[in-house]
Amino acid sequence: MSEQAQPTSAQNNGLSGIAWALALVPLLLLGVISALIVSTEGGLSELTGPPVEQITIQRITLPEAGRIVVEVINDGPQDVTVPQVLVDEAYWMFTAEPSTTIPRFGTATFTIPYPWVAEEAHEVMLITELGSTFLGEVAVAVETPAPSTDLFMRFGLVGVYVGLVPIFLGMLWYPFMRRLGTQGMNFVLSLTIGLLVFLAIGTWLDAQEFASELPAFWQGVPMIIFIAIVTLGVLIAVGSVRRGQESTPLGISYRIALGIGLHNLGEGLAIGAAFALGEAALGTFLILGFTLHNITEGVGIAAPIVRNNPGLKHFGFLLLLSGGPAVLGTWIGGFAFNPVLATIFLAIGVGAILQVVWEVGKLIARDATRLDLPIVNWVNLSGITLGFAIMYFTAFLVKF
Amino acid sequence: MRDQIQEHLSRRKFLGASLGSTVSLIGAALFGQKAAAQDDTHMAGHDGTMMMMGEVDHVRNGFDPLQLLTDWDYGEVSTLPNGQTLREYTIDAGDIEIEIAPGIFFPAWAYNGRVPGPTLRCTEGDRLRIHFRNFGSHPHTIHFHGIHPYEMDGVAGAGDGDIAPGEETVYEFDAEPFGCHLYHCHTIPLKRHVHKGLYGAFIVDPKEGRTPAREFVMVMNAFDTNFDGGNEIYAVNTVGFEYQRRHIPAKVGERIRVYLINITEFDPINSFHLHAEFFNYYDHGTTLEPTSRIIDTVMQAQAQRGILEFSYRWPGPYMFHAHVTEFTELGWMGHFNVVEEEDFAEAMASVGLDEEWDIRATQGSTVPWRAEDTES
Repeated sequence: MSEQAQPTSAQNNGLSGIAWALALVPLLLLGVISALIVSTEGGLSELTGPPVEQITIQRITLPEAGRIVVEVINDGPQDVTVPQVLVDEAYWMFTAEPSTTIPRFGTATFTIPYPWVAEEAHEVMLITELGSTFLGEVAVAVETPAPSTDLFMRFGLVGVYVGLVPIFLGMLWYPFMRRLGTQGMNFVLSLTIGLLVFLAIGTWLDAQEFASELPAFWQGVPMIIFIAIVTLGVLIAVGSVRRGQESTPLGISYRIALGIGLHNLGEGLAIGAAFALGEAALGTFLILGFTLHNITEGVGIAAPIVRNNPGLKHFGFLLLLSGGPAVLGTWIGGFAFNPVLATIFLAIGVGAILQVVWEVGKLIARDATRLDLPIVNWVNLSGITLGFAIMYFTAFLVKF
Repeated sequence: MRDQIQEHLSRRKFLGASLGSTVSLIGAALFGQKAAAQDDTHMAGHDGTMMMMGEVDHVRNGFDPLQLLTDWDYGEVSTLPNGQTLREYTIDAGDIEIEIAPGIFFPAWAYNGRVPGPTLRCTEGDRLRIHFRNFGSHPHTIHFHGIHPYEMDGVAGAGDGDIAPGEETVYEFDAEPFGCHLYHCHTIPLKRHVHKGLYGAFIVDPKEGRTPAREFVMVMNAFDTNFDGGNEIYAVNTVGFEYQRRHIPAKVGERIRVYLINITEFDPINSFHLHAEFFNYYDHGTTLEPTSRIIDTVMQAQAQRGILEFSYRWPGPYMFHAHVTEFTELGWMGHFNVVEEEDFAEAMASVGLDEEWDIRATQGSTVPWRAEDTES
């Protein structure tokens, strides 16, 4: 009997071994074919076309008077050599680190001693070995801020005005909201949806904007869609773990705060980066505009928890979660901007905001059913419209 | 020139192994040279330097802009039964890749493997017979700016018209009028055939001869490396900033004569500005008397040309450039290194020139020099 058992287990082992081997066959063949094509061109020699030179200028900074620094990434299919550099349509001497030849996925930093003129525009053009040209713009030349305690504080303060202050003010409507009837509350929740939809669109567009600056291989748009969908899915799955049980109102508030926080992170990034690149004449007016624009965010966060006050501690956390990222974003944007991370965070924000639209929508639907009203009624509709309209019109102050 | 950020499909089929190694050499030279280049100029330092990095491999190109200045092609000379001088030239068109600025390669179409093509030099009244063979990948012609029968005009429909790849023809006519002329391909699309490099100087000496001078031919040209209809590199005799890297030797007090030709494509005009001196100018070179006197800047439309005559009173490195400053900063500038007689050999040696270059520069004419004008 033991002899019978052994073959069985051997057979099992054998089967699994064979299964693994079978799984590897296509991969092994792929390796063989790749090696063959690379070594012999595999009959494709007639198809080899002209070289494709593609590089992306990631960032141009002006660290001091008389110096321009250009960061470049090669997102083309093969090595690219940049033998000459032009500033304002003139050839200038430069140094390249680590080399003027940039391998695929590789980066290089070109430093050009050039007497750039403050508050005027300049353009840098890289010309390749085969004469292709790649243009980068300095829209308004200002010295790129170097990290300092003072600047750190000032950037942080901008973040406070853009994120924390308006949400704090918005939350102060909480006592007022507690005195509203069911219809009133439905109106406020609908207003929250309008606001969130606006934010979702805005965040999506911001993500697109950052994605458009990414090197081609990142495939910015599919990346945003993928991350947003995954975020939305994960958050819905997390919310559905306890089947049959409603999400707690406080949980919804936290998720709204998270979505808005990610949106504000993006806003902070944009403001910080604009500061750093001198692209925005960011005056007090603009910052005040953001304060006004973001004030309804506090209303949205507080709306789901009107019926049961979670206590001041939670309000503090909600405020930090939603407004704090604006401060963080301003710092990152100003000192260490990275378009890849920016795109990823904003894509997460899109997913998170869509998820709370879904949740708040469920709240409204539930209330409407309880009141025996159609889910889309005039109260809800006007709430959504007003929420969207407030965001849209206050955005006039911050779009330019 | 105004370029958009663009994904650019480069058009070279291959960069051969030899080119690859050249490029890496240039890359190596780049860093070695950086310090030296910046030390050399007073503009260096905080404000940086308006200049290109590195050097061009003239050996690989097959021609050297300093040599082109004085490289006259007299053709194969014989005498016809009627006593007329016959000059026979052979010009081959072909596709070559040339380095037009350090590290930047251009897929040129060229006459006799050089851009500009050979400087044809003859005497007024000579019979010229030009054997033209097309080894290129596209049809080409040679259209001479001169006086000739319709069949010899080098345009589609005239005589043999466009000469297909692998075909050949003969252009034959008398050299007239005397002057500073040019020839170029006239196949359509014309812009492309011209700016790809199919042009050259055509100098007809007057029977009377010109006054003794150190003579240079300068063809103002430019290259659209990304094919967007605007030039990225400007130069005289093809290589951007070449006479900035290596100054052209000349002597104090001697007459300098420049045969200046503008073939720059895309831009309506080009110009020549001389520093610290004034010159007399002979538009088209078709007169023995200057058409403009005592000027220091002259403007030329495309295919316009003329002769400049001047001399320097004091030694020094005198700049010359297009006074279209955009062109200047994109490569069209250089220097005459004007020295005393005793320093001339050294001035030549410092840029790799020899006695032969000097002889060609000062004895280039096909006829004996005319006696000095009393007025000059």
